[in-house]
Parts: sequence; C-alpha cells; structure tokens
Amino acid sequence: MFGFHYRLERKAVGLVLAIIVVASIGGLVEIAPLFTIHQTVEDAPDMRVYTPLELTGRNIYIREGCYACHSQMIRTLRDEVERYGHYSLAVESKYDHPMLWGSKRTGPDLARIGDKYSDEWHVAHLNNPRAVVPESIMPAYAWLSRTAVRTADLGAHLAALRAVGVPYTDEMIANAPADAYGQAAPDSPQAEGVTKRYGQATNVRAFDGAAETLTEMDALVAYLQILGRLTDAASKPVAAAGR
Amino acid sequence: MIGQFTIGERRLALITLLVLAAFGLAMTIAGRDDLLGGQGALIFAAALAGLFAVISAYYAPEPSEERFAQYYDDPTKVGIIVAMIWVVFGMFVGDWVAWLLVNPDLTFDAGWSSFGRIRPVHTTSVIFGFGGNALIATSLYVLQRTSRARLPDQFTPWFVLFGYNLFCLLAVTGYMAGITQSKEYAEPEWYADILLVIVWVVYFAIYLRTLMRRKEPHIYVANWYYMAFILVVAILHIVNNIAVPVSLGHAKSYSAFSGVQDAMTQWWYGHNAVAFFLTSGFLGMMYYYLPKRANRPIFSYRLSIISFWGITFFYMWAGSHHLHYTALPHWVQTLGMTFSVMLLVPSWASATNALLTLNGAWDKVRDDATLRFMMVAAVFYGLSTFEGSFMAIRSVNSLSHYTDWTVGHVHAGALGWVAMITFGAIYASVPWLWKCERMYSARLVEAHFWLALGGTVIYVFAMWNSGIIQGLMWRTYNESGTLAYSFVDSLVAMRPYYIARAIGGLLFLIGAVVGSYNIWMTIRMAPRPSGASLARPDSQPADVPALQPAE
Repeated sequence: MFGFHYRLERKAVGLVLAIIVVASIGGLVEIAPLFTIHQTVEDAPDMRVYTPLELTGRNIYIREGCYACHSQMIRTLRDEVERYGHYSLAVESKYDHPMLWGSKRTGPDLARIGDKYSDEWHVAHLNNPRAVVPESIMPAYAWLSRTAVRTADLGAHLAALRAVGVPYTDEMIANAPADAYGQAAPDSPQAEGVTKRYGQATNVRAFDGAAETLTEMDALVAYLQILGRLTDAASKPVAAAGR
Repeated sequence: MIGQFTIGERRLALITLLVLAAFGLAMTIAGRDDLLGGQGALIFAAALAGLFAVISAYYAPEPSEERFAQYYDDPTKVGIIVAMIWVVFGMFVGDWVAWLLVNPDLTFDAGWSSFGRIRPVHTTSVIFGFGGNALIATSLYVLQRTSRARLPDQFTPWFVLFGYNLFCLLAVTGYMAGITQSKEYAEPEWYADILLVIVWVVYFAIYLRTLMRRKEPHIYVANWYYMAFILVVAILHIVNNIAVPVSLGHAKSYSAFSGVQDAMTQWWYGHNAVAFFLTSGFLGMMYYYLPKRANRPIFSYRLSIISFWGITFFYMWAGSHHLHYTALPHWVQTLGMTFSVMLLVPSWASATNALLTLNGAWDKVRDDATLRFMMVAAVFYGLSTFEGSFMAIRSVNSLSHYTDWTVGHVHAGALGWVAMITFGAIYASVPWLWKCERMYSARLVEAHFWLALGGTVIYVFAMWNSGIIQGLMWRTYNESGTLAYSFVDSLVAMRPYYIARAIGGLLFLIGAVVGSYNIWMTIRMAPRPSGASLARPDSQPADVPALQPAE
C-alpha cells in the first residue's frame, strides 16, 4: 500500500484522478438513491403549491435570513412533537426549492406555525417583536409594512419553479400578478381567481389589515400562515400518508 | 504588478477585463429593475478599475528574463494583506451580530443591517474572505517551494486573486441588498457561483501546470491536501448550486433540488465545505509551515498517507449527520453517523502527526508565539474533530442539534483551528516574503496569541453552556408529564452566555487588529523588494522537498 502510494504521489494526474474517485463515492451512495427510491417522499395527493403571494413571502423569509434562527423541521422526538406538533414529513417540503429546514433554533420552530396566531399578532410581532413578547431578541422588521411588493415578474418566478418541477399551470403563471394582489384584497375582482386556482381553503384576506396596498408584510404573513398547512398528510393516520 | 506582466499577458489582461466589463454592463442593463443591476454595476466598476491599472502600466518596460530564476511571490503578498482586511471586517461583523443577540436594537431600522442579512456577511467574510484568501496565498507559496518550480505565468495568479475577491465582494454586498440562495455557506446567487467556477478552474490549472514543471520527483503532502481542497470544493460547489434563474435579468434563482433531496445535497455540501475548505486546505498549510517553523521533519510519512485518504474518503459520507431524526430516510442518517465516528481515526492521525513533529522542538513552542499558534491549532483540530464525531452520534445529536452547542463546535474549529493555523502561517511567512529577519514586534505576536486563545476559550465555553442548557430545557418534563419550560424560558436563560460569547469574540477581534498592525509595520520596515531565488536553497527547509519515507 505504501509502496503503491510512493509511486502514485509522483504522478500529478494520477493523484488528481484518485482524489476525484475517492471523494465521489460517499455522495453517490447517499444522494442518488434519494431520487429513485419511491418511499423517500410520501404521497400526498392534496398537497398544493404556494400561491404567488405566499411564494413572495417565502422569498422575503429567505432574503431576511429567517432560516438562520428558525427551523422548519420538527424531529421525531417526543418533546418536539408536543411542543411544535406532528413531526415533519418529507412531502411537506416537496415544493420547497430550496428547503428551509434550518439548522439552529435561536427562535422556535416554524414548520407548523400557520393559523396558530392571528394576522394581527404576526403584524405586531414583525413590526416590533418586543411589543408582544417582551423577552424576544428577534430583530424588528418594520420596513416590511413600508415596502410594496413587486408583482409584475411573478409569472417568471412561477415559470422558473415549474422548470425545476413544481406543477404550476399555464393559467397560474399567466395570472400570477393578479392572484398576488387578489389574495390580500378579498373584495377585489381578482380575489375570486385565487380560490379558483389554488383551492377553497386558500387564505384570502388583508393580511396586514390594509387591503388597498400590497406590502411585503402581506406577503410574509400570508406565507407564515400557510406553514404546515399545504397538506393534511401529517394529521391523517400514518397508514394513509402513503407508507 | 502589471509591470511584471509580459506584453502578451498585458494584452490578455486587457481582453479579460473588457469581457468582464461587458458582462458587468450587460447585467446592469438587464437587471435595471432588479437587485441584479447593482451587482452588475459592481462588476463593471471592478473591471474598470482593473482596466485603469492595466492601461496605465501598459507601456512599462517588460520584465527581464531574470524573473525565471525567482519564485513569484507577489500574489501571495497581496493575498495575505487582503486576507487580513477580510478577517478584521468579518470578525467585526461577527461580533456585531453577537451583540445583536444580547440587544436586538443595536442596529439601524433598515434591511441591510438586520441580523439575518449580516450574519451571512460574517460567515462569508471569515470563511471565504479570510480563509479563502489565506489558502490561495499560502498554497501558491508552498506549491512553488515544494515543487522547486516557479508559477507558470504572471497573469493567472492575479486573475484568481482578483476574481475570487470579486466573488466575495458580490456575495457580501448581495446579502446586504437582499440577495441570497439561503443555502448555508452557499448563499451567493447564480452569477457569482458561475464566476467562482471560472476562477476555480484557473486556480486548479495553476496548480497542475506548476506541478507538471516541478523539479522534485514527489508531490509533497501539503500539495495533496491543497489539491483535494481545490478539486472537491469544485465538485461540491457545482452540484449544490445547480439552479434555474428567474431570468437573466434577475438575481434570484430557484434550486434544482427541493425538500429532502435538497437537504441532503445541501449538507453534503455544507459538511464538506468544512472538510475540504476548512480542513484539507488548512492541513495543507499546517504540513508546510509547522515543520518549517519548528525546523523538524514530519513525524510520519505513513500517518500522512492514512490520514489524507481517510479524510478524503470518509468525510464525503458524513453530511447526513446534520439531519438526524428529520424526514431524511433513516439509512442515510445511520451511514452519516457511522462514517462521522470513523472519521475520528484519520483526523487524529493528522493531529498526532502534527504534535509529534514538534518532539525535539518544544522549547521553541514555549519561546515562539508563531509556532505556538500552530501547536494550539493542532490541539484544537484534535479537540473539535473529537467533538464533531461525538455530536454526530444520533442520541447526542438529539440534544445538541438546533442549539448553540453547534455554534460552539463550529467556532472551536474556526477560531481554534482555522484562524490559529492561519495566523501562525502568516506570521511565519511575512518575514520570509518581505525579506526581514522577523516580525516588527514579537511581543505583539505574543499578545495576539493570548487574545486569540482567551477569546476562543471564552467563546467555546459560553456556547457549550448555553447549548447544553438550551437542549436540556427543551426536553425537560415536569412531574405531571408536560413540558416544563416554554421556548421563551430557554431564551431568557441564554442571556449571560450570549454576553460572554460576544466578549470572547471581541477579544479575538482585537487580536486580529493587533496582528494586522504588526504585519503592516513589518511590511513598512521591510527592505525594498526582490524575489526569492530558485537557485538559493537557503530559503529551502531541509525537510521540505517531497516527504521521504520514514525509514
């Protein structure tokens, strides 16, 4: 072995090839099967895609680095299930490009935060976390209420997601800007299209309390309120979750 | 710098910068309604600055043939200076975010300065800005010495340095503007990722071309590690960053992977960024500078081989230990845990090899803070690899994951190992590079050493305490069988440790500032330049030409 190495280390290209081969094996064995083994991701026929507004909110969540302090992955441990709800299933982040499982909980897990608090609570909390949780060390995100959402290019966002495998229809892509507006303006003519395309259970309301303007606060709250609620797979008995 | 280029290289530099300027301009125009526009303008401005430098020296006399008799160290010198700028900036931001966890209002009411945006500014600045520049600088130095060959040309090393720092700059300005992929340690968006791939290919080409021209029959162990660092980081970077941009006028892209596959790919990348960026690369550094400074041969050739191939093979399996008890299939978690535990063997083989190399030179460790930096780095390397294997065990991980313990572990490695070995290597090489007998002040090196060590110890102990307390509080039940503490209870309990951590970080930052001052003063008092001669073996350590078998 050492004799072989004594010769190998005299060949630059040989050493390069050896490093590439040796280093490639682990990833090939661990990652490639995840795409081919069917059981890796559960079947959940009711799983829906993010609406354009929720997607915008998700992109704000990414932009502000929320994932650095909040996980979205409840582990299969008793205390986590009791604290946060049913452990996370793979299917629940099936349309998450990229996933936001996170690696650190400076704040609590958010995988099932949707519908746990009111919109008003979220808006107050994001504007100044210490107004509702005095001990909080979360940054204030007051500028979200002051910033309008740019909706014109949302169709391109949906199309890019379709290119990586999210089943957005042509209709969803064509109506993305209108749907984004309509979801936060329940009395507008655009509101109807949202439930038509994304399902009756979709939240359509003025998330930040003001229906006239579409702000980043609307988008982020819409996203937070849907977390853990895209599919019922986790609340059904395990057998029905496609195992 | 441009004066050292041949006419052909000046022409090449001109064309390259024109192409870069054109790309920058195209991005500025295509992304005028998007954040991409600002990034394009930054690229354009950097290209213009480069063009100005090239044009102003375009007709300077060509370098003489004598250059072939000397090593080409100017890129190394600039790389070290740039690394020191990044470390001070990156650690300043790091300590700022640490204080934000004590008082969240220590910032401005604006997006760019919020915790979530400047935290990746810290990680990118210290890992890629400081660590990456230090690796590029030292690798070019070590490569030439251990091959007894000059770099193949003058243009490509500058291309790598310029392009790499442009990548880092795009990354940190992008985060502050709100551009991120959210993949940890792979936050830069698609256009910056493409730039890095180009830079990396050229970097590897420098390595290979120099090795091809080497006069030493064997490739020295430091170069195995540097090569593994370059090659594997390229593989990881390309695979993990596969994404579809919204359009060529958008900075935003969507990852090709989603959910569980994305998580596995990301942590395969993330853990091996630790392995091949923060371990392999810096082991390469250690294998040259530590024996050189101690003036002792490497303890064991065979241990070097075992640890090198062990690290290269085992590490790539270990990423899934970041995903214990998650929706990742159990068999992948188990594989990750198993290989993480096995990884202790090659890791400790390297640490042992380093420490036993110091046998017979422990008096120098006592007297010389530079060598002591490297010795302590090897100790921290051994400690944090042990801790890493331990934390990868599923039942330990159930407690440590998501807590500050992970942060403490990372900083034991990053401050104790990566930064310490780098400071040691920089203090060793600055006098060699600038042709002075020693650093401006040995006492300041000593002061830096104690600030760095003290800061690291305070930081790591604070995070051990907070992490374990946090983990225990989350899983504590009261007598009636319900959870004993709310999340906020655990948050309140963290406060004293967050203060201690920020103080530890501040000490480390002060040390880096002291080090920068010392390096600056050393450069100022250095005699005017001339390169190290190829023909003068006195700058060549007796043990450095390819490592020979121990017997």
